[in-house]
Amino acid sequence: MGEGRLEVDAVSKCYGDVVALDEMSFEVRAGELFGFVGSNGAGKTTTMRIILGVLAADAGQVRYDGAPLTLRTRRRIGYMPEERGLYPKMKVAEQLHYLAQLHGLGPVAARRAVARWTERLGVAARRDDEVQKLSLGNQQRVQLAAALVHDPVVLVLDEPFSGLDPVAVDVMSEVLRDRRAAGVPVVFSSHQLELVERLCDRVGIVRAGRMVACGPVDELRAGGGGRLVVDAPDAPAGWADGLAGVRARGWEGSRTVLELGPGADDQAVLRAALASGPVREFRHRRPSLAELFRDVVSGSDARGGGGDGQGQGGAGDGDDGGGQSVVAASAEVVRTESDADAAGDDRSGAHVESAGRPA
Amino acid sequence: MRAGPAAPVDDGERGDGGREAGERYAGDGELGAGRVLRLVAGREIGTRVRSRAFQITTALFVVAIAASVLVLSAVGGSSAQQVAVTAADGTQAAAIGAAARSLDVDVEVRTYADAAAGRRAVLDGDVDALVLVAPPAGGTEGAGGGYRVVVKKDLGDSLTSVLTVAARQAALEGQISALGGDPATVGRAVATAGVEVTALRPEPERDGSRLLLGLVAGGLIYVSLLIFGPAVAQSVIEEKTSRVVELLLAVIRPWQLMAGKVIGIGVVALGQLVLIGVVGVGLGLASGELDIPAGIAVGSVALALLWYLVGFAMYALMFAAAGALVSRQEDAGGVVAPMISAIVIPYMLGFSVLPTSPDSGLIGVLAIIPLFAPILMPMVIGIGSVAVWQVLLALVLTLAWIVVLVWLAGRVYGNAVKRSGTRVPIRDALRAA
Repeated sequence: MGEGRLEVDAVSKCYGDVVALDEMSFEVRAGELFGFVGSNGAGKTTTMRIILGVLAADAGQVRYDGAPLTLRTRRRIGYMPEERGLYPKMKVAEQLHYLAQLHGLGPVAARRAVARWTERLGVAARRDDEVQKLSLGNQQRVQLAAALVHDPVVLVLDEPFSGLDPVAVDVMSEVLRDRRAAGVPVVFSSHQLELVERLCDRVGIVRAGRMVACGPVDELRAGGGGRLVVDAPDAPAGWADGLAGVRARGWEGSRTVLELGPGADDQAVLRAALASGPVREFRHRRPSLAELFRDVVSGSDARGGGGDGQGQGGAGDGDDGGGQSVVAASAEVVRTESDADAAGDDRSGAHVESAGRPA
Repeated sequence: MRAGPAAPVDDGERGDGGREAGERYAGDGELGAGRVLRLVAGREIGTRVRSRAFQITTALFVVAIAASVLVLSAVGGSSAQQVAVTAADGTQAAAIGAAARSLDVDVEVRTYADAAAGRRAVLDGDVDALVLVAPPAGGTEGAGGGYRVVVKKDLGDSLTSVLTVAARQAALEGQISALGGDPATVGRAVATAGVEVTALRPEPERDGSRLLLGLVAGGLIYVSLLIFGPAVAQSVIEEKTSRVVELLLAVIRPWQLMAGKVIGIGVVALGQLVLIGVVGVGLGLASGELDIPAGIAVGSVALALLWYLVGFAMYALMFAAAGALVSRQEDAGGVVAPMISAIVIPYMLGFSVLPTSPDSGLIGVLAIIPLFAPILMPMVIGIGSVAVWQVLLALVLTLAWIVVLVWLAGRVYGNAVKRSGTRVPIRDALRAA
């Protein structure tokens, strides 16, 4: 089986004038969980569809074990499309059996695999039900079974966690870890950054069709700007604004989260805080993935103006992680919930981005 | 949830993991086009055959065809009419039989003991008429006075003619005997005198049965195409709507999906037609309603099925390509309308023109055009108003058009089926790589 590495090498894709992917590159090694995060329309789904050959790239290559993917090697990839796809009127077992055979399994092996995965994913009791009669959560499990039933050597899952209840999230995480342990390279995209941070060995952050940060979660966090959390209950709003190299990044109750630029003096911050009254907490913190993500997205705001992500309304109503990440991911949450109407999403997403530019 | 391999599984999965590993990916993910087509077509067939709608329509079709054959034979009066005579008038049986034969009417004569028994038979509906010999008028000997006929309500035209002829014959024979002649000699002389016709421009002989067969075959093909053609488009759209097409196209090629679908639905449609054809022709021949040699009947049906296959392939490819252009069932109507017209218009033309003028030149020309041939050819072949070269020309042209369509529909389908959202303009679908 070789080393079992999946490589995406300088893949580009345009829709007319809209650049969906611009030399997207990353690799996922055997036994590695790779988290793929980015705003809507950043190019995650397009990348995955190109990996699976559902879309053709304009340039670049996707390789497995050093060789370009063909229809034949793609049969050994487990794929969960973002737009869930199953025959609504077909029975669960029949459907999985059919898909397993299309992936190259013989009828007998396929039947066994269907039995095993429906058991494992907790939908064994629904084998003879039509898919459309299942709850959305169970449909999701069947969808995952469809991705796993042929014992794939690579897993590509587009937002596998969206719409799952907490129990199903645990099942899904467990399965992904288990596949990783079996030496399978696993790529999945998600807007649930807490989850990505907890689960993944490495993370790639995409913006406007480019990979802007890619590496182990810890390294990325260590490399990001440091955060300073200050709890000064009596301080007026904007108390830290005048300090050199310091940017306020958010509030958590009475705490202020500050980002310290290079050369900023944390002692000056402390003095300013003390001047306003008592200081109950003063500590350094590494940025969470969510904060990192927000940095990247706001970076795009400042530089390219590709309006997305930040400062939108409707923050905080998400099923997305907890605490601070809610703010960062708010735009994503809205998206996740409106899955159903996202037709040809990557393109429409890309359109949104370009339409946002003049504004 | 981490049940995995330790979980109890009910179907003896345990203990042969090694063999299983060998079994799967026998060809390392290699999947021949043949197997892909079988899988796709098999799914299509299984889904359809198990659908309630299909089972009900098939049952209705078979019942309808059987019922129409039986009703035809009941109404068509091919069964003999029954005439009763009394034992005393037994000699009239032969006379009535002879008259019926000369008029080409099927009459069966039964003899009853007396008039009372005959009347009862008439009332019971066992016989259509009771014939009694009237007392000779003017005291002459024999049956010169004609018949008194007892019926339940009225006497049918054909039976009236038969009995009139028989009565006159009887009267004539009575007179011949009375004049001392031999009725048999006179009868033979009369029988040889006839009319010989020489037609300078004879109409080709038209057989009602063949016309019927042609129209019924055309009708069935028409209905079947109208059911299963749009079913192909609907099935394509279903895969787009449910997005399962994305999962499928990651592992099989678009043309394989399209071809498998067309084959699968075609097999189901053909199976239904064969069933209906066998029931219809079988009953028709058995009941005598289909009054043509069995060989010709079977031949016509086989030819009709051949045309059906060709027609289905042609229309189904177009329906598949059209279906790929839209993403929602609601939008299906617009894209399938041209194909529906291509099926309905020739059928309506054929059905309205052919019964009255089977040799219509217009129909003869239209039947050669590929788009209309699959509908019109079976009709004109059934009627027998088409030359062999016309059939072959139409077949060659249609097959050539199908070859073009395979390429064209494959391209449109392959380009459009992955694009969801609004309707894909056909020009884009043809152009896009």
